[in-house]
Amino acid sequence: MTLTHILVFAAAALLALIALPARARAWTLFVASVVAIYWLQPAVTIRRLDFLFPTATLGLVALAWLLTRVPGQRLTREDAAAAALIVALVLLLAFGRALDPAYRITPSVPPPLGMILLWLAAGGIALAALSRVPGGRARPLLALVVGIVALFAVLKTEALATEAGRLLRGWTGQSPDLARADELQWLGFSYVAFRLLHTARDRQTGLLPALTLREYTTYAIFFPAFTAGPIDRAERFLGDLRALPGPDTARFVQGGMRIAVGIGKKFILADSLAILALDAAKAGAATSALGLWALLYAYTFQIYLDFSGYSDIAIGLGQWCGVKLPENFSQPYLKRNITAFWQSWHITLSQWVRFYVFSPLSRFLLTRPRKPTPTALALVGQLVTMLAIGLWHGVTWGFVVWGLWHGVGLFVHKVYSDRTRAHYLRLRAHPRLGRAVEVAGVLVTFHFVALGWVWFALPDIGASWDVFVRLLGG
Amino acid sequence: MQTWRWLYKPGRPFDGRFIARVLVKTALLFVALNVAFVLLDPLPALGRLSLYNRVLPGRARLPYGENPAASYNLSLFSLEAMFASHEVARAPARDEFRVLLIGDSAAWGILLRPEETLAGQINAAGLVTADGRRVRVYNLGYPTMSLTKDLLLLDYALSRTAADLIVWLFTLESFDTQTQLDSPLVQHNPAPVRALIARYGLAQDPADPRLVNLSTWDKTLIGRRRALADLLRLQLYGVPWAVTGIDQEYPADYTPRAVDLPADATWHGLREDLFAPADLAFDVLRAGAERVGDVPLLLVNEPMLISTGMNSELRYNFFYPRWAYDAYQRLLLEERDAHGWALLDLGATIPDADCYTDSAVHLTPACTADLAEAVGAAIVGASGG
Repeated sequence: MTLTHILVFAAAALLALIALPARARAWTLFVASVVAIYWLQPAVTIRRLDFLFPTATLGLVALAWLLTRVPGQRLTREDAAAAALIVALVLLLAFGRALDPAYRITPSVPPPLGMILLWLAAGGIALAALSRVPGGRARPLLALVVGIVALFAVLKTEALATEAGRLLRGWTGQSPDLARADELQWLGFSYVAFRLLHTARDRQTGLLPALTLREYTTYAIFFPAFTAGPIDRAERFLGDLRALPGPDTARFVQGGMRIAVGIGKKFILADSLAILALDAAKAGAATSALGLWALLYAYTFQIYLDFSGYSDIAIGLGQWCGVKLPENFSQPYLKRNITAFWQSWHITLSQWVRFYVFSPLSRFLLTRPRKPTPTALALVGQLVTMLAIGLWHGVTWGFVVWGLWHGVGLFVHKVYSDRTRAHYLRLRAHPRLGRAVEVAGVLVTFHFVALGWVWFALPDIGASWDVFVRLLGG
Repeated sequence: MQTWRWLYKPGRPFDGRFIARVLVKTALLFVALNVAFVLLDPLPALGRLSLYNRVLPGRARLPYGENPAASYNLSLFSLEAMFASHEVARAPARDEFRVLLIGDSAAWGILLRPEETLAGQINAAGLVTADGRRVRVYNLGYPTMSLTKDLLLLDYALSRTAADLIVWLFTLESFDTQTQLDSPLVQHNPAPVRALIARYGLAQDPADPRLVNLSTWDKTLIGRRRALADLLRLQLYGVPWAVTGIDQEYPADYTPRAVDLPADATWHGLREDLFAPADLAFDVLRAGAERVGDVPLLLVNEPMLISTGMNSELRYNFFYPRWAYDAYQRLLLEERDAHGWALLDLGATIPDADCYTDSAVHLTPACTADLAEAVGAAIVGASGG
């Protein structure tokens, strides 16, 4: 999201809040979200892909909605209206082809109308066929989950993404030899995928309430949270969406303050720190360990301010739209241990992974004939969970090591805290010593996290190792 | 959530009056700040605030860079900030023989690392004057070829620091009277440039439209936001500069200097029969000589490529037809004799094309060493050694 996006979104949210009744605002959020995903999508070098990606997002969301309906949930007139509105909006955006680039919402010239009609017809037929499948069936839901994970793997794995790019370039008549993995910039897919997986899984367990197509689509692609989260839960989001509040001074101030703080964090502090933050070029040319530490500290704060700034903006915009998105950060660098850090860093992702990876995995292991020891259970659970978070960022060795780094950290902390709990309880009688231990804990945790960013920030595992060794005086 | 408690559980409720008060105060503060900015013009004072030479090492050359993300350097127009970031802003050491080196991109050192520039190589030679002082050369070269730009920097440098010797490197291209005000640095420093024109009676129009005049709106905080951001970015880029020692983008590949030349005998549109001495800005050179006062001045006509390729009988290189350079050299010697200047004419001393990188005046590190030897010897000579 650029400043222009944020200012337009904020103005639109305020205007809608002041001028429209609640029901009209709910539909406005739906329409705005559909249009926003085309506007936010960056240009892609493969022809027509920057129009296809948002369109495919809508198709995927519609498919997921069909499969996650409550058993027996019928298509309503409202669902038909929402589907018709999506088609109308896509066609309307396609007319941008005839407009001057300055007036076009899409990042490049939309494909010819005939081609879009063909896409829509193919998608419509497929969805119509699937609409006959009753919602909540296990196998279609499993296929949906596998399909999303497979698509995720293709987009996040360099070799697969390059191969996919080659294939797409072949179809568009562009040189396959120029294919690059970073060409497939499908904006928002990571977050949409996690929301869809959450609804699929919750339908299987019966936790997901019935949602209309409009509600489901608004939840999956809610424009304030589309690019950088937070990852809300559908049932919580639905509660807000069905009871959108009217204009309220306190909410206006709170939302505005969050947007302002977010803009300050992201566009002033994070973007300034980006100038001195660790990257491959600076790491390769750095001449001293002290200098490398300076770059690493800059990166450590840059990534926090960038990400939490975007979360603040999303939460603020959400408040102006009447939706209270969940918090995503809570002073993570001031936490006393790595467990507390992960309870305050990208909170919604941590909760998602705990809910859909850690807990099912633990349950699965505990139902085995040979039950693992609590220590082994903790080790496997933490490693797999953090590995999943690492791979969510991309299938590279750097993210794998970063995930394992934190997995091991969480495991070691668990073992340590189990064995030292009595000592910590005794510290209550010595407030000064307790405070000193607390400060030491914050410093150790902060530096553990900072060193972990070395694996995250650099694209090459060899370069990361080199920096890591040099940071430690090697 | 604890972090946002102040916002979601405020001591006093956020009501309409609260919003009105915030909006009114914000508007008043905004207007007051902008008016104050116009009236006080704090940019020069802010430019002098610098982390360089305190927290960060001073830069070895003046800030210049078109791709800051790769060069950890940027072009800006604040002379105060440029000099405050340079190592010349440090007080001289007790045993230092301080030499200020001004000139164009050849002196600044395009494609050269700081230690490979003329100043860097003279410093590395560890020269000592007859009275035992260590020769320390400060690179105040700046890319763009204009003697007026050199004079601007010289004037500012002498107002900020003492010097034992000035070395001024130039070539004919810096003498073109028509392009004296083309340098962006000159254009964005209209007040000191006009002062120089007036003080030394330079043959430039002080009302020249190329000199950027700021409107009242341009002088507000909003209007000066770019200049303010540049000051901040200069400080921020100091960290990667300090950590890596990189202050320039070094492309793996670049277009090499031309050896085969066009069959064109004009210089800036001038033909030999229309050329007059007034076409060269010797008035600026004379102004510089006057400006340095008692400080010794060593003028250096810098080396250039002498091509042996196509049309080399017509031109020396990409910049100069032979007649123009010969005329310039003749006039330069006449001026030297008339004013008693110390002149080191090295124009033809390094003719080999292999000595030049992307331009007919940009030397390779190895050939810069030859130049450093010649200039270093002249510095020691000028110091009385």
